[in-house]
Amino acid sequence: MPIPFPPLPFAENALEPAMSVETLRYHHGKHHKSYVEKLNKLIAGTGYDTMPLRAIVERSAKARKDRKIYTNAAQAWNHAFFWDSLAPQSESPGKMTAEGIAAAFGSHDKFAEKFKKTAMDTFGSGWVWLYQKDGKFAIVGTPDGDPCFLRHGEPVFVTDVWEHAYYIDHRNEREAFVDTVLSKLVNWRAVEGRLNALKDRQEAKADIRRQAGGKGVEPWFIA
Amino acid sequence: MKRILAAGLGAALLAVLVAATANPGASAPPPDIPLEQHKGPYTLAPLPYATDALNPVIDTATMEIHHGKHHQAYVTNLNAALEANPALKDKTLGEIFAGVSQYDAAVRNNAGGHWNHTLFWRTMAPPGKGGAPSEVLRAQIEKDFGSFDAFRKAFQAAGMKQFGAGWVWLIWADERLQITTTPNQDNPLMAVAAKRGKPILGNDLWEHAYSLKHQNRRDAYLAGWWDVVNWTEVTRPFYRAAAVPG
Repeated sequence: MPIPFPPLPFAENALEPAMSVETLRYHHGKHHKSYVEKLNKLIAGTGYDTMPLRAIVERSAKARKDRKIYTNAAQAWNHAFFWDSLAPQSESPGKMTAEGIAAAFGSHDKFAEKFKKTAMDTFGSGWVWLYQKDGKFAIVGTPDGDPCFLRHGEPVFVTDVWEHAYYIDHRNEREAFVDTVLSKLVNWRAVEGRLNALKDRQEAKADIRRQAGGKGVEPWFIA
Repeated sequence: MKRILAAGLGAALLAVLVAATANPGASAPPPDIPLEQHKGPYTLAPLPYATDALNPVIDTATMEIHHGKHHQAYVTNLNAALEANPALKDKTLGEIFAGVSQYDAAVRNNAGGHWNHTLFWRTMAPPGKGGAPSEVLRAQIEKDFGSFDAFRKAFQAAGMKQFGAGWVWLIWADERLQITTTPNQDNPLMAVAAKRGKPILGNDLWEHAYSLKHQNRRDAYLAGWWDVVNWTEVTRPFYRAAAVPG
């Protein structure tokens, strides 16, 4: 079954003027679409074509010969996660998010500063992630198409820092782009929802371990 | 020995004089000392043509930002990185590349960015003004790739295969011409390169090199770029790398 190309979760002019229609048409309609199309061509007739997208990323990451499948699957996943991280009406962080940010970075301003610095230090093409590891927030930049969940932790927010993400609206000014995203476009509701889902999963895992009575049962079936 | 040296110098001087008189209206050639033998602080050289001169292959806006903003930032940040690492101040760019893994990422990225773009600008010319490869270079390309066309196809294919930001290179290594790619602003002179060699020609695969005009179509950019390659200039690093008496 082919991996679907997800539509934008908002109208293509909904992020104006922070992110232009032109950017979204190219970024979603050309770049993202092309990753999905290339991926579907590459996986047709292989074992990968029955797997969900994230599982394709995780498995192909371990197989050197599947490097092309990996890069296209990872970019398909990253872009879908990116669009779901943005909103036309950026509210303010939810309760869990705000507490997590204060605990990990000291204040919201310090979080934003660190996120921007990480974006500037991620040389070349890449992604900047806010993620959770052992119940705590952290920020990391990953090169090219590498998603955060492979080596770092579970992401709750991401910004694309490939030049195609900002060149139409900001030219070479990556910092201005990241600043705009952070101050105007973050879907804080989605971030809070992801944190809640992570918490539920962690609690379910703990329950299963408890019920197993310390017999070393690992609830591998919960991601 | 001394006499041979003197004769050699005399011949070189004569060659310079002949070149100067044969082509009196020509602008001064780029400095004969390759950039990798230079020490900082570095400056951004002006483009050897106007920013609109490569139209329609490379658009004016791309040229203005690419040279005036991106390349300028590499120069500025390289000088700042050298200020912050006084031990590097007496080293040439080539020496920095040779020991690049020991230094800050800022040194590696900005030194590479400056060197790579310098070669890039020099080896381009307005469409139709790029001349042709010298006979020696063409013969070497045909020997190593089968044909000139096969070389161009292989260069474009390698450029497509480099995922994310980087460069595709024609290099001289192991006594032959080869194609290789590097990520980000690395180059084949760096000790960290997967394949080391002397770069003859490089094409920039960063999205800033092509996305204003071609969006996500790197393939279209790579295929069209040949129209602005300055083969007369490409011959120069080739002769130097391959020690061809030019």
